[in-house]
Amino acid sequence: MHDKTITELAAGLRTKEFSSVELTRYYLDRITRYDKQLNSYVTVCADQALQQAQAADQAIAAGDAVSLTGIPLAQKDIFCTDGVKTSCGSRMLDNFIAPYDAGVVARCNGAGMVMLGKTNMDEFAMGSSNETSYYGSVHNPWDPDAVPGGSSGGSAAAVAARLAPVATGTDTGGSIRQPASLCGITGLKPTYGRVSRYGMIAFASSLDQGGVMARTAEDASLLLNIIAGFDERDSTSAEQPVPDYRTTLEESLAGLKIGLPKEYFAEGLDAGVARVIDSAVDEYRKLGAQVKEISLPNTSLAVPTYYVIAPAECSSNLSRFDGVRFGYRCDNPVDLEDLYKRSRGEGFGAEVKRRIMIGTYALSAGYYDAYYLKAQRLRHLISDDFAKAFEEVDVIMGPTSPTVAFNLGEKSSDPVSMYLSDIYTIAVNLAGLPGMSIPVGFVDQRPVGLQIIGNYFGEARLLNVAHRFQQVTDWHARTPQLKG
Amino acid sequence: MSLEKADIEKIAHLARLGIDPGDVPVYARNLSGILDLVERMERVGTDGVPPMAHPLQMVQRLRVDEVTETNQCDKFQQIAPQVEAGLYLVPKVIE
Repeated sequence: MHDKTITELAAGLRTKEFSSVELTRYYLDRITRYDKQLNSYVTVCADQALQQAQAADQAIAAGDAVSLTGIPLAQKDIFCTDGVKTSCGSRMLDNFIAPYDAGVVARCNGAGMVMLGKTNMDEFAMGSSNETSYYGSVHNPWDPDAVPGGSSGGSAAAVAARLAPVATGTDTGGSIRQPASLCGITGLKPTYGRVSRYGMIAFASSLDQGGVMARTAEDASLLLNIIAGFDERDSTSAEQPVPDYRTTLEESLAGLKIGLPKEYFAEGLDAGVARVIDSAVDEYRKLGAQVKEISLPNTSLAVPTYYVIAPAECSSNLSRFDGVRFGYRCDNPVDLEDLYKRSRGEGFGAEVKRRIMIGTYALSAGYYDAYYLKAQRLRHLISDDFAKAFEEVDVIMGPTSPTVAFNLGEKSSDPVSMYLSDIYTIAVNLAGLPGMSIPVGFVDQRPVGLQIIGNYFGEARLLNVAHRFQQVTDWHARTPQLKG
Repeated sequence: MSLEKADIEKIAHLARLGIDPGDVPVYARNLSGILDLVERMERVGTDGVPPMAHPLQMVQRLRVDEVTETNQCDKFQQIAPQVEAGLYLVPKVIE
């Protein structure tokens, strides 16, 4: 059952081959059996999930079902879930029972989906390896010594290990695409503003975007159909019509213009990963696409620019965690300043503190122009690079990550080397463009992801480009061997 | 850019972050490394380039000035560390 896509599972539910309760029990059993070694879930909602599944079965029996009614999913623990702990991977929110549902969660519930639980993540989504989580590292299902990537590492590992048929993620600098790449699944970060940020705990508000982690592009299109769309409670939600992403999956790729940025194949890219990416691009040539080299000249500035803008926004957003209204509070504060400092000092982990401090420094008196304003000007140049490229090509392709999954502990003591592992994904967030990662091969038995970048609100095209590849290859169908 | 112990202490104070004194040298080293990375921004001139605050050129939406939220004080205060009579309690601020 766990090898079925959600497209197949939805058909099985509709034809009464199995019920949603049976399907949910099956996945809950798999989580019990396998998640001890992976640590992909922070919270498993067994009772609530079975209640949702019963309601879904009733809806199906009554003929009230919609496309994904009764399909289980995992929610990244960054999305607020009414009555369920929402930790964001942090000690700060270890005691936080969210009092409302995020927009994404409300849409999934409204569509009759079943929430299996909340997935592990880097603390406040700050990390590329899932090692900054208060709840411990997630292990990569393909190799327990390897990281799953981050920050949506729990969602990626859960989908790869078939402990959830599909999951949500969020992506501020690559946090959907990089773990999707490292775990061998399909991840989609939509255009900024496409998916509501309401109730999605904020890290860097001008970059954060919720999205989908799935087995296949077709599955991703089904979940995106549910979570995409305008939400008046998110002040930067895009008022753009949402197409049915499934209807264009089969379109021909003949004449598709693919741009390969030469900067994405330069020094720093692992030779084995480069070979796998080249053969994936060859597959696209066979599908009728035209491939040309392009240039994104400011690529090397994306990581430095990001590490001003994202920490600046984070230092502002995370100031709300003060030990007063919710979340962690230190014992016996002597005065208000002690309350703030110790609650924050004890509640946040080292990486979060580093980023708050970098952001505070960059925004402090005398440094604002040199850091923040400079970064915003560079952001314009980086965005312009993409605009020029999209005058010539339909999609941009390259590696999602310069290497396959690295080992646990390998980069955790050197923040800068960790930051550089997001070199190909970060610019996409700065520009606000949609991007995907799809599995296209292996190096040393660890998965390699191909990144596909589209123009604004071009999610349908991305899904079409990914789906056609998955019809002629089987990388997305490979499954890791788990020890029970 | 190299940050000293005093810089770290000042930044931590501005951010109201309690830092263990023993960790200050590690933060100084890590943050200096991050600032070295960030200073690569200087390689490209940006005179005349307008700052980009937001990926989509959108105008802030306005809504009708009417009540949309109901009072959920009791629900929200259930998760507060310390409350009394509908108020959030903190250590005494004024003697």
